[in-house]
Amino acid sequence: MGIAPLAFYLFAATVVVSGFLVVVAKNPVHSVLWLILAFLSTAGLFVMMGAEFVAMLLVIVYVGAVAVLFLFVVMMLDVDFTALREGFVRYLPIGALVGVVLLVQLGFVVAKWTASPGAEAARMAPAPDPAMRQNTAALGDILYTDYFHLFQLAGLVLLVAMIGAIVLTLRHREGVKRQDVLAQMYRDPAKALELKDIKPGQGL
Amino acid sequence: MDALLSEYLPILLFLGVAAGLGLILVLAAVILAPSDPDPEKTSAYECGFNAFDDARMKFDVRYYLVAILFIIFDLEVAFLFPWAITFDQMTMAGFWSMMAFLGVLTVGFAYEWRKGALEWE
Repeated sequence: MGIAPLAFYLFAATVVVSGFLVVVAKNPVHSVLWLILAFLSTAGLFVMMGAEFVAMLLVIVYVGAVAVLFLFVVMMLDVDFTALREGFVRYLPIGALVGVVLLVQLGFVVAKWTASPGAEAARMAPAPDPAMRQNTAALGDILYTDYFHLFQLAGLVLLVAMIGAIVLTLRHREGVKRQDVLAQMYRDPAKALELKDIKPGQGL
Repeated sequence: MDALLSEYLPILLFLGVAAGLGLILVLAAVILAPSDPDPEKTSAYECGFNAFDDARMKFDVRYYLVAILFIIFDLEVAFLFPWAITFDQMTMAGFWSMMAFLGVLTVGFAYEWRKGALEWE
């Protein structure tokens, strides 16, 4: 067995095992750490498919930002571990439902790729040879023109996320003294100072 | 494809070395280090006091806001990479497409600046 298949099975096994441990780990912090491992291994799998850009994105955005944010929230939130466990059976049906929905969606993806009428063409669709055109450039060739609408929609989604986060969380506290840089810079001695000429021996 | 993967071989080796070294260090500590715990040794140490409180506590949601805004701009920058790489063969449509994208996000940036979301009170 060559190195590539070996690495594939290694990454794939790591994804499955750490995904399972995300669910069963008792401590939410450990869950998030397993989640990070799953993300990293998935990045390895993407590299093996030649999707370098997506792999690096997974590392930068998911591991670097999203997972750390998860970890941050999980570590700082006032979480009572025993209380967390208590709801396990009660929420099991909903969890199972979500799991089934995801499974069906995965099934759709597989069916679209193998059994649907256009599957053969979709599989044969030319992904440029990485030796000729590297993956990131190949994405850049089509993302901004052929997929113009989706690209702009992504921008709008980010805008909505930004505004939503601000609207939901931003509360200005009363009575906080803030620095007003402009007011500081435009302050001049005439307004701030008063000179008095005091004769010797006299008070003000 | 094989040429691409062979470029990644050093990284795979690094991963193997890192995982192996980490495993060796942890296992060596478990196997070699003497372990004789008692309640005082394993209790949390807080400058000689008994621990006042649990380490987990509620925190200001502002941290979360800053982190969310960071992720959003992180994603914005991620979209710039393929654009920058293909810039020399780009049509005007591709160029202005990115300008529109950046414009939309600049509106958001101006909004959060005006709202004072970037300032810490």
